[in-house]
Amino acid sequence: MSNSIREMEDASFLLVVGSNTTETHPVIALRMKQAVRKGARLVVVDPRKVELVRYAHRWLPLHIGTDIALFNAMAHVVIRDGLYNTTYVREKTEGLAALEEHLKGYTPEYAAQVTGLSAEAIVQTAHEYAAADRASIVYTLGVTEHTCGTHNVQSLANLAILTGNLGRWGTGVNPLRGQNNVQGAGDMGCIPTDLPGYQKADRPEVRAKFEEAWGRPIPSRPGLTKVTAVDQVLKGRVKAVYIMGENTVVSDAHASHTRAALEAADLLVVQDIFLTETAQLAHVVLPAACYAEVDGTFTNTERRVQRVRRAVEPPGEAKPDWLILSELAGRLGYPMAYRHPSEVWDEVAGLSPILAGISYRRLEQAGGLQWPCPSGDHPGTPYLHADGPESGKAYFSLVHHVPPAELPDAEFPLVLTTGRRRSTYHTGTMTGRASGFKLLVPHELLEMNPTDAAALSIADGEEVLVTSRRGQVKVAVKVTDRSPEGTVFMSFHFPDSTHTNLLTSDARDLITDTPELKACAVRVEKLSGR
Amino acid sequence: MPTVCPYCGTGCGLQLLVKGGRLVGAAPDFASPVSEGSLCIKGQFASTEFVHSGQRLTHPLIRRNGMLQKASWEQAYGLVAERLAAIRDTCGPDAIALWSSARATNEANYLMQKLARAVIGTNNIDNCART
Repeated sequence: MSNSIREMEDASFLLVVGSNTTETHPVIALRMKQAVRKGARLVVVDPRKVELVRYAHRWLPLHIGTDIALFNAMAHVVIRDGLYNTTYVREKTEGLAALEEHLKGYTPEYAAQVTGLSAEAIVQTAHEYAAADRASIVYTLGVTEHTCGTHNVQSLANLAILTGNLGRWGTGVNPLRGQNNVQGAGDMGCIPTDLPGYQKADRPEVRAKFEEAWGRPIPSRPGLTKVTAVDQVLKGRVKAVYIMGENTVVSDAHASHTRAALEAADLLVVQDIFLTETAQLAHVVLPAACYAEVDGTFTNTERRVQRVRRAVEPPGEAKPDWLILSELAGRLGYPMAYRHPSEVWDEVAGLSPILAGISYRRLEQAGGLQWPCPSGDHPGTPYLHADGPESGKAYFSLVHHVPPAELPDAEFPLVLTTGRRRSTYHTGTMTGRASGFKLLVPHELLEMNPTDAAALSIADGEEVLVTSRRGQVKVAVKVTDRSPEGTVFMSFHFPDSTHTNLLTSDARDLITDTPELKACAVRVEKLSGR
Repeated sequence: MPTVCPYCGTGCGLQLLVKGGRLVGAAPDFASPVSEGSLCIKGQFASTEFVHSGQRLTHPLIRRNGMLQKASWEQAYGLVAERLAAIRDTCGPDAIALWSSARATNEANYLMQKLARAVIGTNNIDNCART
C-alpha cells in the first residue's frame, strides 16, 4: 500500500475495486465504513454484489475483466473536462500528451458498451474522483488475478497520478494483500528478480554487495517464477522442488497441471505444519513450527514490520522454519550459525536500505515500524511518495482493454470467478480445524444468479456438476443475486469435497505470470437427468 | 503474549492466552495501531485450535516403498542434502526450484532465498504471492 490502513478513515473518496473487503479484510472494512460515516463517498467496482455495496454511494457492476475500459474512460473524462491536477502533472509526471492521444477512443460511451455500465455513471465517478480532496484507490485480487492484471493496476495508477492523489495522508493507491506475510516474502527477496529490499539481481553492484556478505557467488541468470517452474518440471528441466508453507496443489490455478508437475519431480520436499494435499505428494516432509511457536517478524499490507512471538513450544520434533533452513544449509556445505531470528533480521537490515533502521529492539514498541525506515532514528513511513514519486517522475501507462483469455461460449456459457469467504481461509488447513467454523460454512457453494438458476431449473441447495476445459467438480448451488447473470462464484476452501482449482485457468499475466483465477468459462449441469 | 494474527495481510494485533504451555484463547490487542482492538472471526476464533491439533506434523517423513514413513531429522536432512547436491551437480543449480511462503516469517523467507542463491546457486526462488 502507498498509504496506511488507518488513513483510510480520512479519505474523502474511496474507489474500491475487485475487493470483497468486508469478507477478506474485515478489519480494514471497518475503516472504510468509518470513512463513510465521516462523510466520504464510497464507490464499489465489482461484478458481484459484495456486502460492501450496502455502504456504497454507487456500485459499478462491470462485466468481469473490463476494468481497463472503465479506468481508461475515467482518465479520458478527467483530461477531456480539464479536471486533472495541473501543478502535479506539470511538476511530477511525464507523458500527458501521449496519454491523451492514447485515450482518445476510450469515450464513456465506448466504455459503457464494453463494461455494461452507463456512460453517465462513468462520467460522474470520474468527476467525483477528480474533485475529491483525498481520493484513495483500494484494490485486491479482483484486479490482479487477470491476464491483464498488471495493466489493470497501471490504469488505476494513471488516475491517481493525473489527479495528484498520491503522497498525501489519506490518498494513494492501495492493494490489500491477502496473506499475513505476503508483503514480507517479497521484501525478503523471495522473487526471481530481486534480492532482499527489492535490490535487482541483474545489477552487478547489487550482486557484489551480497556476494561479499554471503561469501558465495550470486547467479546473474534470471530465475523462474513458480508457474513457469511448474511447466519446466513437466518439460524435465526442473528436477527438484522445495516448497515451504504452501498447499500448492489446492491453491493454484489448473490444479491437475500443478499436481502432475509435482508428481513428476525427481525430488519434492515439503516443509509445513500439516500433511497437506501437497505434502502427501512429497518424497520428504519436514515438520515446521507454526506462527505461535516462533519468534520473528511479519510485514503487513501497509509495509509495517511487526514482531511475532513464541507463545508455546512446537509439537514433537517440529522446528521453526529458520532453524530447518539453517541446518539444511550446513548439510549442503554452507554453515549458518544463527542463534536466534533476531540475528537473521540484523543481517537483512544490514543489507537492505529500506529496512536498515528496523531492529528487534525498536520493534518492541506496539505496532512495529513501516518501511522505508533507513536509519535507527527514522520514525518509519506511513505513506509513500511524499516528496513526489520515488522514481523521480511518474509515468503514465498506455494500456489497452483486453478481454479475459477464456470467454464464455456455447459449450461453456458461464464465467466462473473465485475468491474467499469471511469465515474460511484459503485451502482450509487452519480454519478447517476450528470446530465451530464447520457450522458456519460446512461445504463449498456455487453462487448463481436466480435467472441463470431458473433457466437451468436448478433449485437453491441442489447439487450440480460444474465443468471447465480442465476439470469437473460437484457442488451445491446457492441461488443469490450476489452473482450477476452469466457469472458464478466459488471459493476454494473445501478441496476434499469440491476442488475448485481443478476448473480454473492458468492463463497468465504477461508481466507477472499471475494466473487468471478471476475468470474462466464453465458449464453447470443438473446431476439428475444426465 | 502479544503477536500478529496469522491470516490475512492486515496484520491485526493478537494477544495469545497461554495456560500451562498451551494456547487457551486469543484476544484483540488494543495497543495495535493497525486494529486498535478489533479482530475478525478468523483471528478471534480460528487462530489457536489448529495449533494444538492432533494432526500436526511432529516428525520428519521420508517416502519409502511409496509410503511416507517416520524418519529422524538426521535422515531427512541427509537425504534432502544428498539429493539436492546430486541434482545440482548433474543437472545444474537451475534444475532446482524453491517456493517460499507468504505464511512464514521474514526471517524464514530471507533464509529460503539465501539457501537458493548462495547455497544452491539459483534465482529460481518465488513465493505464493503470485498465485
